[in-house]
Amino acid sequence: MDSDLIVQILFAAVKTGTPLLFIALGEVICEKSGVLNLGQEGMMLMGAVVGFLAAYGTGSAGLGVLAAMLMGCVMSLIFAVLVLHLGANQVATGLALTIFGTGLSAFIGSGVVGQTIQGFQPIAVPLLSDIPFIGKILFSHDILVYSSFVMTFVLMFVVNKTRIGLTLKAVGENPHAANAIGIKVLRVRYLAVMFGGVMAGISGAYMSLVYTPMWVENMTAGRGWIALALVVFASWRVGRIMLGAYLFGLASIMHLVLQGLGWSISPNLLAMLPYVATVVVMVIISADKFKEKLLAPRALGKPFDPRQMA
Amino acid sequence: MKLKSLLVSLGLLAGASIAQSAEPLKVGFVYVGPVGDLGWSYEHDMGRKGLEEYFGDKVKTTYVENVPEGADAERVITQLAKAGNDLIFTTSFGFMNPTVKVAKRFPKVKFEHATGYKLDKNLGTYVLRTYEGRYISGVTAGMMTKTNTIGYIGSFPIPEVIRDINAAYMGAKSVNPDVKMKIVWANTWYDPGKETDAANALMDQGVDVMLQHTDSPAPLIAAEKRGLRAIGQASDQSKFAPSAHIFSVRDNWTPYYIKEVQAVMDGTWKSQDFWGGFHDDMLTLASINPNLPKDVRAKIDTTLASIKSGEFKPFTGPIKDNKGNIAVPANHSLTDQELAQVNWYVEGITDEIPH
Repeated sequence: MDSDLIVQILFAAVKTGTPLLFIALGEVICEKSGVLNLGQEGMMLMGAVVGFLAAYGTGSAGLGVLAAMLMGCVMSLIFAVLVLHLGANQVATGLALTIFGTGLSAFIGSGVVGQTIQGFQPIAVPLLSDIPFIGKILFSHDILVYSSFVMTFVLMFVVNKTRIGLTLKAVGENPHAANAIGIKVLRVRYLAVMFGGVMAGISGAYMSLVYTPMWVENMTAGRGWIALALVVFASWRVGRIMLGAYLFGLASIMHLVLQGLGWSISPNLLAMLPYVATVVVMVIISADKFKEKLLAPRALGKPFDPRQMA
Repeated sequence: MKLKSLLVSLGLLAGASIAQSAEPLKVGFVYVGPVGDLGWSYEHDMGRKGLEEYFGDKVKTTYVENVPEGADAERVITQLAKAGNDLIFTTSFGFMNPTVKVAKRFPKVKFEHATGYKLDKNLGTYVLRTYEGRYISGVTAGMMTKTNTIGYIGSFPIPEVIRDINAAYMGAKSVNPDVKMKIVWANTWYDPGKETDAANALMDQGVDVMLQHTDSPAPLIAAEKRGLRAIGQASDQSKFAPSAHIFSVRDNWTPYYIKEVQAVMDGTWKSQDFWGGFHDDMLTLASINPNLPKDVRAKIDTTLASIKSGEFKPFTGPIKDNKGNIAVPANHSLTDQELAQVNWYVEGITDEIPH
């Protein structure tokens, strides 16, 4: 393997990891507030189709992303009303959202199947893209990839260093205590779920506007589920999600690259790497009681009703 | 008593045949991908629509799309049989065993399975000679490549795909003795994202002309982005990549579906193993790029003509496999039964077939 090829592979890993990064960043914020949303795949597909329709109709990829964000937000609101307001089971509602989104996106997208659009073009960042290796790998992408970098660092700061982050974690760890000190638990959770929806929408738009600039049914092909595994893999840390997304991205293209080089490793074996890694992390987390910091938010998946005090 | 029962059964028969002529023939289709895949399943659905157009009220068709290969397929096929379909087409290799099972349970329903090789009294198979198209694709890719490296995106290592890889390689080798072929298995029939990854992995490694055995236009779009070339499969995919697209080998199922439905209506349907290709107009070269070099275009036309007339058959011996054994003896062309069982790579392909 020469160095050019390695650069190409890492470049592709960042590209492949970006949709995972967007959606997992949204999901981690959602989970940190104590809400498990399994509807990622459905929100992502709706984002992808609406983003594509908007970009196709207006000719502007930027408007496509905006529409996708809005759609993701609407989808997550449906979820939020059901689980937060009406206290529905989060797992069942999330699964229903995925099934709903998969079907509806196929339905509303049927008219534009086979159409193509001009997606985002790559923009090399001046100066930075001239750095050997790193420049090509990180700084010769499109605008969405750069915004995912910015988003990661902003979220790292907000979650770890600000009052907002503290509030979010308090709600996810112990909603009753948070409620007692005057935090509006449901409002925080609503916002967190909606943020998750917006990010899932962008992730979907990345698929249909950048990755493969076309709409086809089910084009996300399970990436919403991989993102859920990624959040566990990263043990709910924002910074690790970025690393994990690129690792998962790399794992998902590695078997293709190795085959091209003539290595006879079973592609199935390599394709399951992300899942194996997630299981390993789960085992490590559960094996050591002192690693409590790595655990899921304590109230994850549990409904909260402010009228019932614990 | 005997006479009475005879009369009754005659009456029933008459009634049944009247009912039959009044009621449309019900035909069911099972697709592995979405009808909007613009590749394999899309073309089968075009065949189904062609059927409705041709027969009008005399047929009633139903289809189920996106059916996973495996246990789910058996459930779907059973449902179609229970719903009163008289003829059911299952259109992917992985539906073979489920179709065989269901066919046993519904002896009165007729089944046809695409690309398989298991027959029964009420189960026929139909196969496209896609290897003919791949051979021409290989010839073209071999002439067009500047890096002497062509790429092949495979789906699953089944005989159909392995046969086509061999055909493509033999075609390329026939015009370019230095050509190398890189093969990547995407392990999917349809996943635009994965197919894009596969295409990029190949192009990163010096491939400049790509063939695909997966169903989405994503590899063509990837090639277009990088200014390289690719050949479409199953349907006309030129609009996705106006400059990258060399041509598409298009499947055309309509004539076959019309023929089979007519046979069922006439009561002449028989279980058979049918193979169709360019000769039967079930394969065509769609949207050949007008900007191809003249010699390439001429070679495409002559190769197509010799395959179409039956004068040239790609799997004609002597052919060695890549372990040095004689795979096809001299003066022998593989029969359809032999073609259905190709599980070796031709000499010169350095890879191993994955298990």
